[in-house]
Amino acid sequence: MASDVLSASPADKLAGLARQAADFDAAHGKDGETITAVNAEQNRPLFASRVKVYPKLVHGTFRRLKWAVMAITLAIYYITPWLRWDRGPNAPDQAVLLDLPARRFYFFFIEIWPQEIYYLTGLLILASLLLFLVTSLAGRVWCGYTCPQTVWTDLFIYVERLFEGERAARIRLDKSPWSLGKLARKTGKHIVWLLIAIATGGAWVFYFADAPALASDLVTLDAPLIAYIFIGLFTGTTYLLGGIAREQVCTYMCPWPRIQGAMFDDDSLLVSYKPDRGEPRGPHKKGTSWDGRGDCIDCGQCVAACPMGIDIRDGMQLECIQCALCIDACNEIMDKVERPRNLIGYDTPANKEARRLGTKEKVRLIRPRTVIYSGLLLLVSAIMINTFATRAQLEVNVLRDRNPLFVKLSDGSIRNGYQVKILNMDHEAADFRVAIEGLPEGVLTVQGRDTQGAQIVPAAADSLESIKMYVILPVDALGRLDDGEADFTFTVENLRTGEMVENDTVFRGPQK
Amino acid sequence: MSTPHKDEVTGVETTGHEWDDIRELNNPLPKWWVYTFYATIVWSVAYFIFMPSWPVFWNGEWTALEGVLGYSQRGAVTEELAAIDEGRAEYMQSIAATDISKIQANPELMELAVAGGKALFGDNCAPCHGSGAQGFKGYPNLNDDNWIWGGTLEAIQTTITHGIRWELDDDTRFNMMPRFLTDGILNREEVSNVTDYVMAISGQGEMTAGAEAGAEIFGQQCVACHGETGAGNQELGAPNLTDAIWLYGGNRSDIYESIAKARAGVMPAWGGRLSDAEIKELTLYVHTLGGGQ
Repeated sequence: MASDVLSASPADKLAGLARQAADFDAAHGKDGETITAVNAEQNRPLFASRVKVYPKLVHGTFRRLKWAVMAITLAIYYITPWLRWDRGPNAPDQAVLLDLPARRFYFFFIEIWPQEIYYLTGLLILASLLLFLVTSLAGRVWCGYTCPQTVWTDLFIYVERLFEGERAARIRLDKSPWSLGKLARKTGKHIVWLLIAIATGGAWVFYFADAPALASDLVTLDAPLIAYIFIGLFTGTTYLLGGIAREQVCTYMCPWPRIQGAMFDDDSLLVSYKPDRGEPRGPHKKGTSWDGRGDCIDCGQCVAACPMGIDIRDGMQLECIQCALCIDACNEIMDKVERPRNLIGYDTPANKEARRLGTKEKVRLIRPRTVIYSGLLLLVSAIMINTFATRAQLEVNVLRDRNPLFVKLSDGSIRNGYQVKILNMDHEAADFRVAIEGLPEGVLTVQGRDTQGAQIVPAAADSLESIKMYVILPVDALGRLDDGEADFTFTVENLRTGEMVENDTVFRGPQK
Repeated sequence: MSTPHKDEVTGVETTGHEWDDIRELNNPLPKWWVYTFYATIVWSVAYFIFMPSWPVFWNGEWTALEGVLGYSQRGAVTEELAAIDEGRAEYMQSIAATDISKIQANPELMELAVAGGKALFGDNCAPCHGSGAQGFKGYPNLNDDNWIWGGTLEAIQTTITHGIRWELDDDTRFNMMPRFLTDGILNREEVSNVTDYVMAISGQGEMTAGAEAGAEIFGQQCVACHGETGAGNQELGAPNLTDAIWLYGGNRSDIYESIAKARAGVMPAWGGRLSDAEIKELTLYVHTLGGGQ
């Protein structure tokens, strides 16, 4: 379509439409049988409308692997919120739950309070290190197999294929004038796409609330508005990104393709075409000799299979998500023409060079960068496991009153106020014994209670108990203050579990 | 300037503007941008219709078209305030209906009352008593255990409701210490002797000969209100002179001035300005500051 909506004259618009049709024909041919990489370098002007990519279905190892990965990742996404995990009567039994109103994150045996969000930082660091390691070993494995964009796009293309047929049929359908049949196919496809998108958005909200309860609320229209808004949002983005935008997300929206160059080295296994074996390419007639020519018969199946619309034979390209479907496509052909497999395969730049020089090919998995990434992974994992294993069930914060800094009582003694916050992260209610150390003459009291000295404070399960406490330093002990202040410690003990924590604070009085 | 010019490299028309041989390509705007632009135009028209928009001169004054929805920010604020009052109505009513000592025994109501009291304190009391109720010279510290007119719930409630020396309120707390020097009741030496005596009983000085003489005068002039031992009397609002807390300063010159010229601080009566429930909230808040009896 003509893009110059504002300025174009009708004639320009017609010219634009004609130009676009020509682009389409150049890429896909009048009959839909010509195979050209729509995103090949030489095909791309600076400013152009997108030409649709029609990936062809292939069969082979990697296609099967991708189906399996798709099934597993989608299953994880859809099923996880429904898994149950018993945490006792005082905590939710959903295995994975982001409880935003209560400010808790549950992940199987792990429970995180807001102040422990640094665990999330650790997980993100682990995820990035793993991404770096995998990328340096075998390229964009994440992009090609497990990225949600790839998985959902693959699923949407599968649906498109169900309704509109194989690549050539789809191209012909798009070029054909509107008919009842075309309308039915297109409508069916979009309805299924929308259903998938709704299911995707629907599954998302279950991570943030008790899934069975929310599901029944959603059906009876009793769920909170925000749930419907997020379902709508994720329905829209899934439909748009997975169904409409597809490969453009990876090429234009995602920053990772631009970063990947820093992750590869000469020993990274990358999906690549072996020009030393394939060239010179050209059609091959059955029964004729293979001498003096390459194995590539220029059938274009690798291009037809590519969901990114590129030609792998042009070398490594920014668009390539390394999904390896071109390997399957080429191997099918190699089997037919009875040539060795893996003309396109996982190959390293070093081996390409080795073949050129005639030296021995080898795959070096252990290299400085993989060793460093692995080491960092182990280190961060060890730190994470250690912190999780020794995670306290009790935390205490003591906020000293600053307004007023201290209060002089009628007998001349000095009183300081403290807001003592006991975070009982245990799933059982308990009594806590609060005492002070390091200020022998200091008397600990609680507003509204007559008791002096150590105080027993009850706290509910999985909750924060905040209590106002006073420490009074008698007039004859004021000499203990050094320049108007003295350090001391609050100790809090869970009387049920015996866990004990300390919190250092300070007592202030008048400066001499 | 307006002659169409086509750029050779890209085949795109330029805008015709040229600066030092640099021309600007007249690439079309992206479609999403254009449609967003159209959408904002539609939006703005709808906005004119539904929301207050055009300023108009009407009936001799400048105003604005109200818009179909009749929205105004001032109206929205009024509604929000009404909604807040409505939301609070239930517990404000129960605070109003509940005896103040019963509120103290009800943790949930107590928490709400203290929170409300804290906000009221910041709005009404902090200018004199300080945001932490720490007080200043002449304005009592409400955190300590010393109370001139009493620190029980009832006493605090009475003080807040009727004020101190607030003559517009018939039930206000009232006393008046004589200006012993200014009014010629005592001479300078006598005032000085009484000062020495007060220094002595508050543990800040020795019982000198002057203080002994002051004790005699104290026995004649001061005991009626401050008591035999100088421990004060909350019924009369007479401060305790033997403790470490001094509303107007505890050094010798401050005490001398207090005796010579007397002190008479004023606190407004809040009854009538605040509702009974609000005064209860304030009372409970002040009582929790650490000195409540």
